[in-house]
Amino acid sequence: MAYPMYEVDWSVLPPEQNRRFNPAFNIATIKQVVNEAIERVRMQTPTRLRDLIRQIRAARTAAEERSVVNKECAYIRSTFREEDSVWRCRNIAKLLYIHMLGYPAHFGQLECLKLIASTRFTDKRVGYLGAMLLLDERQDVHLLITNCLKNDLNSNTQFVVGLALCTLGAIASPEMARDLASEVERLIKSPNAYIKKKAALCAFRIIRRVPDLMEMFLPATRSLLTEKNHGVLITGVTLITEMCENSPDTLNHFKKIVPNLVRILKNLILAGYSPEHDVSGVSDPFLQVKILRLLRILGKNDAEASEAMNDILAQVATNTETSKNVGNTILYETVLSIMDIKSESSLRVLAVNILGRFLLNNDKNIRYVALNTLLRTVHVDTSAVQRHRTTILECLKDPDVSIRRRAMELSFALINSQNIRAMMKELLSFLERSDAEFKAHCSSAMVLAAERHAPSSRWHLDTLFQVLLKAGNYLRDDTVSNTIQIVSSAPSERQAYAAMRLWTSLERSATAADATERQPLIQVAAWTIGEYGDMLVSEASNSISMVDDDGVDDFTRPSEEYVIDIYQKLLWSTQLSITTKEYLLLSLAKLSTRFTTQPSQDKIRVIIDTFGSHIHIELQQRGVELSQLYKQYAHLRPALLERMPAMETNVVREDNDEELATNTQTHEQPAHEQDALLDLIIGSEPLSNGDVEHQPQVTTNNNSNTNDILDLLSGLDLSSSTPVSVSNNNVSTAPSLLLDGLFSPAAATPQETVVKALDRGGVSVQLVVCGGDGSATLTMKASSHHHNTITDFLFQAAVPRTFRLDMMSPSGTVLTPQGEITQVLKITNPSKTPLRLRIRVSYTIDGNPILEQAEVNSFPPDLFN
Amino acid sequence: MMQFMLLFSRQGKLRLQKWYVAHPDKLKKKITRELITTVLARKPKMCSFLEWKDVKVVYKRYASLYFCCAMEQEDNELLTLELIHRYVELLDKYFGSVCELDIIFNFEKAYFILDELVLGGELQETSKKNVLKAIAAQDLLQEVSSQDNELV
Repeated sequence: MAYPMYEVDWSVLPPEQNRRFNPAFNIATIKQVVNEAIERVRMQTPTRLRDLIRQIRAARTAAEERSVVNKECAYIRSTFREEDSVWRCRNIAKLLYIHMLGYPAHFGQLECLKLIASTRFTDKRVGYLGAMLLLDERQDVHLLITNCLKNDLNSNTQFVVGLALCTLGAIASPEMARDLASEVERLIKSPNAYIKKKAALCAFRIIRRVPDLMEMFLPATRSLLTEKNHGVLITGVTLITEMCENSPDTLNHFKKIVPNLVRILKNLILAGYSPEHDVSGVSDPFLQVKILRLLRILGKNDAEASEAMNDILAQVATNTETSKNVGNTILYETVLSIMDIKSESSLRVLAVNILGRFLLNNDKNIRYVALNTLLRTVHVDTSAVQRHRTTILECLKDPDVSIRRRAMELSFALINSQNIRAMMKELLSFLERSDAEFKAHCSSAMVLAAERHAPSSRWHLDTLFQVLLKAGNYLRDDTVSNTIQIVSSAPSERQAYAAMRLWTSLERSATAADATERQPLIQVAAWTIGEYGDMLVSEASNSISMVDDDGVDDFTRPSEEYVIDIYQKLLWSTQLSITTKEYLLLSLAKLSTRFTTQPSQDKIRVIIDTFGSHIHIELQQRGVELSQLYKQYAHLRPALLERMPAMETNVVREDNDEELATNTQTHEQPAHEQDALLDLIIGSEPLSNGDVEHQPQVTTNNNSNTNDILDLLSGLDLSSSTPVSVSNNNVSTAPSLLLDGLFSPAAATPQETVVKALDRGGVSVQLVVCGGDGSATLTMKASSHHHNTITDFLFQAAVPRTFRLDMMSPSGTVLTPQGEITQVLKITNPSKTPLRLRIRVSYTIDGNPILEQAEVNSFPPDLFN
Repeated sequence: MMQFMLLFSRQGKLRLQKWYVAHPDKLKKKITRELITTVLARKPKMCSFLEWKDVKVVYKRYASLYFCCAMEQEDNELLTLELIHRYVELLDKYFGSVCELDIIFNFEKAYFILDELVLGGELQETSKKNVLKAIAAQDLLQEVSSQDNELV
């Protein structure tokens, strides 16, 4: 022990913190002290902002810039540590510049607050600027700034109050809004217009953040419209607009200001030239537009208010000078208002004509707003918009993506049974050359439109195939299953036609090696050829005309072996997705019962056998299973791979590809054969969407649920007299899915329980529960007793950690008065403990967002057993 | 309501940023970067509007500088162009034929002017004269209060 006498004193500290014994520490301390002294000497002359900007701009490389910035930041930090208040303002200004360049500057936040607390105006101005740039509402320093703001809102200098209001308007968090709302309300009543207008906008922001605070601002707001000052008027109109959008009651409250608004607008139009507010010959367009927008909100669905504003709208629409952008700005807003309120029909004609003129305008911006407005009004007056169809279709070819997007949406809105052929032709060529971002949306909209307005089933199929070809991989998943369904329910001649058409595309893709870009097409083609391949290669195909719209017949009947060669090529390809290969492999197996020649049979068998050792487990399993159909169970093969019966199309709902309930034929076989089959089928993984109807699979009776379902279904006389089997690999979920599709609201079955989850505010949510064996399927059904439509409906659910919850996509987000939204929830619970579910429902009605929460515990206790 | 306003050069350098919505810094940077790239990639003859994520971007180029505002869906795009133009006019009046360098070296002034024109994402003053008067008065106040402390 070198220093025994110190040991007692320092024994409370662990040895590594016992710095007294560390000689290196002393040297470091000395160094630090010296360095700081040098820093302090340097600090006498801090770089000026202008010089710093020059230095940074002079840097030739990013590294050089970084070194300049780092040096300056280190310096600024040291001055902050020093509590140097003389140069703080300059240093913050420099830091703000550095921040704009993308460097971190959060260490300046507290210094901004110190500047704000200073009495010098320069300090305050820069401090508030820094606060607006460096703080956002997540910061803890907000408590501190709230106090500063409170002080400055009470200042005698109008500009200090102005700075505080401006900052509050930019960074108000809900807490700040609550704390300072009363100050702002007081300032709205200030006689000083400069403060009044800023306070009005602050109130606007506060209401945005915390709608509950609206009430307190109501009395002070109305008087804003009696002011002469345009700043106060425009901020007042902005505030009232926000309030009206906030609640229907307030909207009614402000109906009485319509005459005031009309008068202000009239004065603006009639008053002569006023240099202060003139913009290219138009008097205060900013204020005009704001008033027009508020009138629109007040006049909507209100005949009386609409009547009061008809004249002034007509006046604005006819008297506004349109040679400049500013005139068109006002016309644009006027047209929107005319279309939204209950206006006279002559006024509507006028508005549509204005839009027609806009569409032909040379200015791209004007054309854009024309398309935008037509889209908003197309539901009100379709025929008026139809007149501009050719112009709109022309806009699909515009080089500008913004215009193309608008034109596309508008085109879809204009499609009807009369013009569908022409429109689809244009849209197909648009789809082909459009950017990736359009393809998904465009193709699904086309599929929907084709389904709704198809003039003939052949046209429908042709269009779907074209969409498949042109949208490539951007196609939504459900299109594949929908198309397959349509093919499956078509008459047999049409099915042969489909097989032939798709064969041509498949062959072309395989030989051109671009199949990877068109996987949905390959999937549909594989399914169709697998089902109807016999018609493809038979003589019968000669009698089907393959001449397309352009008068070209590009179909040549392939030999069986050639078809299999193409399949082999695709299956061997490394780039096709597993799902596509699954389609192809099953299709190939099906072809083994469609094709007759021995060489093709041998080829098929060889290909299938090779998949028995495929690297991907799912494909390998299918390979092994299918090869079994050549060995031990060869006698089953023809029956198993028989053609699928027509699928019921009416059970498929839009946007709900999860619940593709199918109705397939059972092959009547002795029970012991079914048991043997079980080994083949049970245990294969659940397939992805659209795969389920690939192969008529027969689930057998070792699962009680399924068995019950089979009994139940066979007891009901379905339209087809054939017995029914479940063609779903996921046995436990099959019952409810099937039932869901077959019986609409809720079928009373022994396993199903209906649990009332929520019935509040006119919206009720029920859960149809059905489960067993460690898992349960809940079908959420939401309905509304309101007279108005509910939008943005969102159902959320949470379960304790030991459960696993999978939520399928909902059937929609819009709940009409008689409508219903359904959503399927799958819960897995290996521990089989009673289920507790917490739910949250949010929606918007009459513009008000509503949020409801509930906990549901009343599930059957034996749900998972 | 305006969600944010960005000024950037043709080289993609940010010159001014004003946010009226609360986003974390990281997100702001990401939005800025993506938006600058998107706008710069557009050809001069294209329209000034861009539907981008959930906002409507209205932009206009003045000499070497792009003025770019992110508006909400129901805002009037053409009016936003007028607003941008109004801001440019104010900068021009204040600096006397404004150029990019003025805004680089006096970025704080550019912010002050914007703050007298727009508050909380909405226009607060439609008279150019009033904006310039307020700025001049505050500049004067600044000189009186800090003669010994020249900022720049």
